[in-house]
Formats: sequence, C-alpha cells, structure tokens
Amino acid sequence: MLGFLIRRVLMTIPVMLVVAIVVFLLLHLSPGDPAAIIAGDNATTEDIARIRTSLGLDKPLLTQFGLWIFALLQGDFGVSVFNKVSVWVLITQRMEPTIALALVTMSFAVLIAVPIGVLAAWKAGTWVDHVTMGIAVLAFSAPVFLIGYGLVYEFARTLRWLPVQGYTPYAQGFTGFWQHLVLPAITLGLVFAALLARMTRSTMLDVLNEDYIRTARAKGLAPAAVLVRHALKNAAVPIVTTIGLGIALLIGGVVVTESVFAIPGIGRLTIEAVTQRDYPVIQGVILIASCVYVLINLGIDVAYAFLDPRIRY
Amino acid sequence: MKTILRRYPRVVLGGTLLTILVALSLLAPWIAPYDPIKLNVAQRLRPPSALHWFGTDAYGRDVLTRTLWGGQISLLIAVSVACLSTVIGTLVGLVAGYFRAMDTVVMRIMDGLMAIPGILLAVAMLSLSKASVQTVILAITIPEIPRVVRLVRAVVLSIREQTFVQGAVSAGTRTWAILLKHILPNALTPIIVQATYIAASAVLIEAYLGFLGVGTPPEVPSWGNIIAEGRNFIMLAIWSVLFPGLFLGTMVLSINILGDGVRDMLDPRIAKRL
Repeated sequence: MLGFLIRRVLMTIPVMLVVAIVVFLLLHLSPGDPAAIIAGDNATTEDIARIRTSLGLDKPLLTQFGLWIFALLQGDFGVSVFNKVSVWVLITQRMEPTIALALVTMSFAVLIAVPIGVLAAWKAGTWVDHVTMGIAVLAFSAPVFLIGYGLVYEFARTLRWLPVQGYTPYAQGFTGFWQHLVLPAITLGLVFAALLARMTRSTMLDVLNEDYIRTARAKGLAPAAVLVRHALKNAAVPIVTTIGLGIALLIGGVVVTESVFAIPGIGRLTIEAVTQRDYPVIQGVILIASCVYVLINLGIDVAYAFLDPRIRY
Repeated sequence: MKTILRRYPRVVLGGTLLTILVALSLLAPWIAPYDPIKLNVAQRLRPPSALHWFGTDAYGRDVLTRTLWGGQISLLIAVSVACLSTVIGTLVGLVAGYFRAMDTVVMRIMDGLMAIPGILLAVAMLSLSKASVQTVILAITIPEIPRVVRLVRAVVLSIREQTFVQGAVSAGTRTWAILLKHILPNALTPIIVQATYIAASAVLIEAYLGFLGVGTPPEVPSWGNIIAEGRNFIMLAIWSVLFPGLFLGTMVLSINILGDGVRDMLDPRIAKRL
C-alpha cells in the first residue's frame, strides 16, 4: 500500500515537469521577440528592454528555466507585467467564483447524469435509451454560449426571476451568491452531464454483461437491488475515474461560461491577461489549473486504492 | 438504399445534415445575398426580415451571408485539425506502442499535455502569435494529439504480441512495413471514429476561441468571431448570435451523430452493446 502510494505520488512529478516545460517553451518558441510581443504594438524600445530585464529574458534559455522553476518551487509565480501585482495574489483573489461555479456545476451534472446513464444502460435498446442518449448528444453538441444566452434571455430578461450577469461573493449573503450561480451552473452542467451520462451508460453496460450480474438475477434478487448493489458499485470506479479525467474539460468550460455571465473568476482573469499580453499571469493560470487536475486525479486514484483492494498497480 | 437507412439511421441522418451544411457553406460565394465584409451602417442591427432573413449585425452586414461564409472557415478548421492531429497522433502512437524504449518518455509527455486544459493551452498559444487561420488550427490541434496517441498506442500494445506480427518479424519484414501494413490497418477503425469526434470538437473550440476574442482575425468571418461581435449587442439583437450559433450547434451535432453511426457501422461488436 505504502509502495503504491509513493509510486503514485512520484508519478505526478514528470507530468507537472512536462506542463512546466510546455508553458515555459510556449513563450520562447513563439515567432518573434517575446519581450516585444508582451510589450505590444505601441511599445518603445525602452519598454521592450525593461520587460526583457524584468522577466529575465536576456539570460541564456537554460538559466531562465532553472531560475523560473526554482522560483515556482518556492511558490513564486512571478509578477504581473500589467499591474505589477504578484501573480499568486491575482489568482487567489479571483479563485472563489471559479471554485464555486465548478463545484456547483459538477454536483448538478453528477446528480442528473449518473441516474440517467444507469437508466439508459438498464433499458439499453429501448425508447428510454434512445431518447435519453439522443438528448445527451444534442446537449453536448450545443455551444455553451447558446445555452447560456438562451437561459439569460428567458429567465433573466423575460421572466426576471434571476439576475442577468455578474457574481456576488458568498460572504455577502447566500441568496445573492446562489441566484448568480444558478444559470451558469445549469448552462455548463447540462453539457458536462451529457458527457457523463454517455460515459456512465457505456461503463454500466460493460458491468451488466458480467457473470455475477446474471447470477444475482438468477438467484431472484429484485432488479433495482441488482442495479444498485451489484452493478453500480462495480461501475463506480471507472465512472469516477472518467469524471476525474473530465475535469480538464470542465475547467475549459468554466472559462467560456464565466465569459458569458461576466463572472469575475479565473477565466475572466485569463482573458484579461490575454488582451493585456500579461504572460506571467497566463503561465500562472495554466500551471495552477493543470496542478488542480493532476492533484484531483491523484486523490481519486489513492482513494480507490484504499476502498477497493483489487486496485494495486 | 432502404436497408442502409434501416441499418445505419445515424449515418444517414448525420451525413445528410452535414452534407446540407457543407453545401451551403461551399456555395456561399454564389448563394449568399450580400457582401460578407462590406459595412453598411445605415442598415445596422435590423431584425430578421424579407430582405435580411437572419437580420443584420452592428455594422449593417447581413448575418445570413456572414453565417454561410463563416461555415467555410469552420469546415476548413474541422478538416485540418482532424487530419493533422490524427496523422501526428498515429505516428507518435505507433512509435510509442512498438518501441518499448520510447514508450515511457513519450507517454509522460502526453500525460503532461493532457493535464493542461485544451482551451487554456490554445488561448495561451494564440495570445503570443498574430491571429490567423493557421495559428488557430495549430492551437486546436496540439491539445487533441495526446488523445490520438493514447488510443493508437493501446491498439498497438494489444496486437504487437499476436502471432501474425511475430510471424512478420521472424520473416524479416522491415519494422516500418510491420507498423504500416500489419499494425496500422487494425487501428484504423478507432482512429476514423476518433477523427470525427475531433472534427466536431474543433468546430466548437474554434467558436469558443473566437468568442473569447483570440480566434481568427476580424476580416475572416468565422462562426466564432461573428458570435464574438454579436455578443456585445445580444440584448438588442439576439439574432446576430442565435443564427450562427444554431448553424454551429447543428454542424457539431451532425458530425457527432455521424461519428456514432460510423462507429456502429465499422465495429458491429461495440454496436451491439452501445
């Protein structure tokens, strides 16, 4: 067990190292002088020179990488080119709305996707299966902004039940916080739930073909009990694993959804950083997003090794 | 014909929808009623009417015309991204799966690339380069490659020890011939299915990148930047977002349905279960 734990934790190091190298090289492989790109079209020679020294772009490539990684390991993500604030401070300031949106979306998606996926697998080949999976294809083909603007138009503009856009921090009261989060979470949740429902269905189908399911049925167990106690329990590991891998998609969806609903989270921060060519902030966001993805998947794998004794790589 | 429709309804449905959309986009220069670029401020933000079926945008351009022209860019991006990512991904996957020495290194690099949310990676790449259709294609392609690599590698690993491959090795067949003639054909079905899903997601991601303001340059109408321009006037003129959005959604849907259908057609074993 301890051996597995150590090996699994060590496995995250090369992954994060590759992420860091990619993020670092992006700036240097892009055509042209990175300092000039960050400085923008109207920059003077002095501006460019100042940015070059402040980002250390005048040093040899390997030295730059070494210094950058060394700083990262100490939690130093650099300083924003645009407003001279530490990148870490900028990101933590904007974290709350993003985390709130991601958590509510995920819960909503899992709550509707897993029962639908299980039902579709159980009734495979019937009209229930065709209708639910048809809706699922429709939902994950729909652009997030189309669903988002549709919901805003109906519930915020026509019916006036909910605020159109924006965000209220949790500290300023639960009602406002909740009202601002409902529409974005439904928007992104529908797309994400459609993907999860499809994955849940195919995983459940695999399990339902197993011999022990036939045995459970043959001994006269009620279909609901077979489904929940025998099938779902065994399908849970691959389902949760796919949910974990889907987090990268969820993070991408959050960026777009924040933009539709003008939520001041990490996604908006990234887009602001892009328009201001604030590369240290973009680097920081990518590193932290990837780190979150890697850590969540580490957590899922470790949790399963504890819960399911068959999983010991 | 009737049997094809009966046996593969999804191929027919997806294929028909897609053919209509492709035809509309390719015929845009002849059937679009107006100029896609020329401004006409006197006609700005007009609701849908007999003259402008989809209304006009904030610069007085006909939304129907721009939507049809935008389809060409989306198609170009879908096809390019699907081809590039599957070709590169297949080559890397073959090498990683067949040569044990390469496997660990290549797969760790792919794990790293997969850990970066695709849209963020694309946004970062585009923020550093001048906007053009080529850079958008590249930025969407790179995050898709690891998925193809993993798929191809898994197939190679599962068949490389089989007797027909071992036989080819003992007969002295060159390694590249084994990879291309004996192993690759067995991986083609999942690769083709994956390529359709990549095409669908490329259309969607192009639109998201345009929506976020880092997509194709404004002088090239694409569904992404038509919607990006329209969103500023969404409360006044929902048609400038709604119609290109519906075209976009329909194209993604038709490719996804086609992908499911092709999967069922090429691999009847999965088809029975899925």
